[in-house]
Amino acid sequence: MTVPDQRAPGVKFEDLALPLFDQLYNFARWLAQDTSEAEDLVQETYVKALRGFSGFQAGTNFRAWMFRILRNSFLTSRSGLKATVSLEEDETGAVASSAPTPETMLIDLADRDAVREALTELPAAAREILLLCEVEEMSYEEIAQVLAIPIGTVMSRLHRARKALRLWLLDKIKGGPHGV
Amino acid sequence: MACEAWRNKLDAYADGELAAAETAELGAHLRQCASCAADVLERVQLKRSIAAAGNHYAASAQLREKVGRSMGVAPQRDRLRWWNLVAAPAALVLIILFAANFYADREKARQERVYSELADLHVATLASVNPVDVLSTDRHTVKPWFEGKIPFTFNLPELAGTDFTLVGGRVAYLEQAPGAQLIYRSRKHQISVFIFQDRGGSAARRDSGPASALSFSMESWSKNGLRYFVVGDVGRDDLAALSKFLRDAV
Repeated sequence: MTVPDQRAPGVKFEDLALPLFDQLYNFARWLAQDTSEAEDLVQETYVKALRGFSGFQAGTNFRAWMFRILRNSFLTSRSGLKATVSLEEDETGAVASSAPTPETMLIDLADRDAVREALTELPAAAREILLLCEVEEMSYEEIAQVLAIPIGTVMSRLHRARKALRLWLLDKIKGGPHGV
Repeated sequence: MACEAWRNKLDAYADGELAAAETAELGAHLRQCASCAADVLERVQLKRSIAAAGNHYAASAQLREKVGRSMGVAPQRDRLRWWNLVAAPAALVLIILFAANFYADREKARQERVYSELADLHVATLASVNPVDVLSTDRHTVKPWFEGKIPFTFNLPELAGTDFTLVGGRVAYLEQAPGAQLIYRSRKHQISVFIFQDRGGSAARRDSGPASALSFSMESWSKNGLRYFVVGDVGRDDLAALSKFLRDAV
């Protein structure tokens, strides 16, 4: 999906923002883990974004800007505050090697329900970065803008999140009652 | 370059974040290294799987509308619905009012037209050289005369000993329907009694007490499926008296 990065003269806020509605809601719902909270978040995001649109810098990524407003709204919300610790945790460190082991090859990656469950169970930091990267197909640069972290941190956090997801799925195969 | 050197770049490769030169180089390596290729395949599968599982929640239509409204953008559908809620009943009420008004106006106009038509018939009859086609004071002569000329029959009262005298009768037409016109005399005045089939429902054929049209007195009622109109330049009391005789006729 292409979102205009530059604000052409006369481009209206709603023309840029409304096409993002479905993506923003999906992201909000994953963050908040609650329907009504997600709805509040999306509304709040649009109100804040509309108010701040005049200050929106042409040339910056509009989609990343909207997601950032949404995420910040979540962080200042009640349930967001609980998640803040894990989200804002400093995660620096080299990208570790993660060659697939014979075990990880057993993971049924097509099991959508299991992956969905894993996403729900993972720490918020892992969940949000996986959603931005895989669902929203954002570049590292965009993710860095949304999360307000350096690109290096995006890479390490992404690596960690994927590893955590694989481990979760592996645990499920090994010991979970719903194991394959 | 050895596999170990590439390991750390496999994620970036799968994410499409490697520079073009590196992408090409790694691509060449993958074609020769089954292990790395399998690794990349697994990563790509995981990415797809997360994308499919993560794109899971859809907002309600209400939220979409709410947000749209807050942007000052009313969805087409929403606007329609709003109009439907308000405009449709309003339009319906207007149509009903208009129709009722139109109907009432039309019926009133029709009644006036019928009355003035009857008054015209009455006057034309009086002005005619041969006001009646059957000239007889005997109701038993006049009534049979209409047989075969009009599609119904009627009873006339015995008026001997009253102020009213039967002069005669003729066929009259009202709204393209044939009926009987009877002429009565009361002292110097002549009175027309029109009898038509009552087609019902119409205000023109609604009962009316003594009424005046063009300074003629008029009275109308329905009995046994027949609509009676009594028109004359007599006083209302006389008109009412004759009407009573006609009503009571058996």
